[in-house]
Amino acid sequence: MDTDLGAGFIALDGVEKVFDVRKKTGFLKRERRQVRAVDGISFTVARGEMVGYIGPNGAGKSTTIKMLTGILTPSGGRLRVAGIDPARERTRLAHRIGVVFGQRTTLWWDLPLIDSYRLMHRMYRIPDARYRENLDRCVELLQLGELLDVPVRQLSLGQRMRGDIAAALLHDPDVLYLDEPTIGLDVVSKAKVREFLRELNAERGTTVLLTTHDLQDIEQLCSRVMVIDHGRLMYDGPLAGLHEAGESERTLVVDLERELPPIEAPAPARVVRVEGPRQWLAFPATESAAGLVAAVAARYPLVDLSVREPDIEAVIAKIYAERTSA
Amino acid sequence: MGSGRLYAAVAAGGFRRYATYRAATAAGVFTNTVFGLILVYTYLALWEAEPHLGGYDQAQAVTFVWLGQALLSTLAIGGGGFEDELMERIRTGDIAVDLYRPADLQLWWLAADLGRALFQLLGRGVVPFAFGAVFFPIALPREASAWAAFLVAVLLAMVVSFGLRYLVALSAFWLMDGTGVTQMAWLAGFFCSGMLLPLNVFPGALGEVVRALPWSSMLQAPADVLLGEAGAPGTFAFQAGWALALLALGRLVQSAATRRVVVQGG
Repeated sequence: MDTDLGAGFIALDGVEKVFDVRKKTGFLKRERRQVRAVDGISFTVARGEMVGYIGPNGAGKSTTIKMLTGILTPSGGRLRVAGIDPARERTRLAHRIGVVFGQRTTLWWDLPLIDSYRLMHRMYRIPDARYRENLDRCVELLQLGELLDVPVRQLSLGQRMRGDIAAALLHDPDVLYLDEPTIGLDVVSKAKVREFLRELNAERGTTVLLTTHDLQDIEQLCSRVMVIDHGRLMYDGPLAGLHEAGESERTLVVDLERELPPIEAPAPARVVRVEGPRQWLAFPATESAAGLVAAVAARYPLVDLSVREPDIEAVIAKIYAERTSA
Repeated sequence: MGSGRLYAAVAAGGFRRYATYRAATAAGVFTNTVFGLILVYTYLALWEAEPHLGGYDQAQAVTFVWLGQALLSTLAIGGGGFEDELMERIRTGDIAVDLYRPADLQLWWLAADLGRALFQLLGRGVVPFAFGAVFFPIALPREASAWAAFLVAVLLAMVVSFGLRYLVALSAFWLMDGTGVTQMAWLAGFFCSGMLLPLNVFPGALGEVVRALPWSSMLQAPADVLLGEAGAPGTFAFQAGWALALLALGRLVQSAATRRVVVQGG
């Protein structure tokens, strides 16, 4: 794929990262093995886009993010963020990006939250007025007001995560990388974080690259999703398109008046489960349910019915499984 | 100027972090005082048997003990500085957070550790030293200039101590578990800084060697400045030389480490 690096705000062209792994195979004997954590990835993200970047553990997501921050140097290919080569000008880039690693914290463990923010103020050389404005905004939207004087070690995970997100945004970054920002959070905290990110993207036009295992994050925030596995890009497109790529199916759940043998449904729909008078029919997610419902209703005594949307997790699992076996 | 304010903020943070733990500080003060008592009686027995050992009289030897207790945690000779935290961050991969910041890794930790050292000097150093000064005959200078020179020597000692421990901490990039290196450094520091016995007591080649090593910048050098046993300019030059050499080496190792770094964890 030929990518014009000038076109995207974040642009990768054939980016690779190969790690040398040395394995002990005997006394003083070592075997060298190369692991291709990222194996030729190309994509571009436009300014203001909010993109989901998903894949199983060890797929190469975090390695990509680390290359995009400049702390890892690619073994091959080219990459640019805001026109900057991250590995070469890591410090200059740092002023343009914000990073949140869900499992790590940038906050000072022993000290009140506000101390970490004062440090950001100095570190990013944020003009005083701008700093106060951004801090006030984050405090209001992320509900940090009562937490500012609390030592970080006493914060709950959800509070700490909100604190970390604020810390990443005080210097008005153009790009925000979020690596599993909702990991381990309860439902309420997740909702708060998502709500904040949606507003940030809408109002400030911050470009967001979101890595997650929680597909609800993606469903609620991202119009575009990239799926990566074994260091390769498996899918890049709208969330809806994932269903096609994964050949996902919807389910029609039918309650009949009485127990009957499996419904003879018009292909490609088929009965996948029967339990007393209730039957489950699977049909392609790309097809309308109306025809199937009409066909069943015409020939069987219906009491009730409902349609279940495909589980995106199952869809992605299917993509992984297919590509791996291919 | 801008980055000066950043590192000042980092140092202030380092100071406050340690100031948070008051019970630990109080326990430390108590420990240092008890250690001091044990060492003082040991030294008194030694100097009783061998007056003017290493060129010190009894009062100077006692002063040396209390100085050692005052500087033990300040210079992290027995461990307990930033290095445990940095090694843990390297091991867990949290170092990634430090690396993408627009700040220099070495200066950042130097500032944080100087903040810590300053707190330890005030919080853990002053009380045992005052205790020693009240209850034992000690030899202290009257002139303010001698005290000023002593403080400069202590500051340089802090930097040398940081330089050594930074190298120890960076070893975690290769070893993953730095416990062994830490213990070796702790042992070397205890002996070679003069914490066990003043270095001028050691005779012959061994004495020459330990007095030339960087560790002697730590306790021996400030003590000799305070006791009037060594000239300030020469001592400063010796300490600054080691400080610069260690910082430069640390920088070299740091760039090698970050180039080969496989940041741990997903």
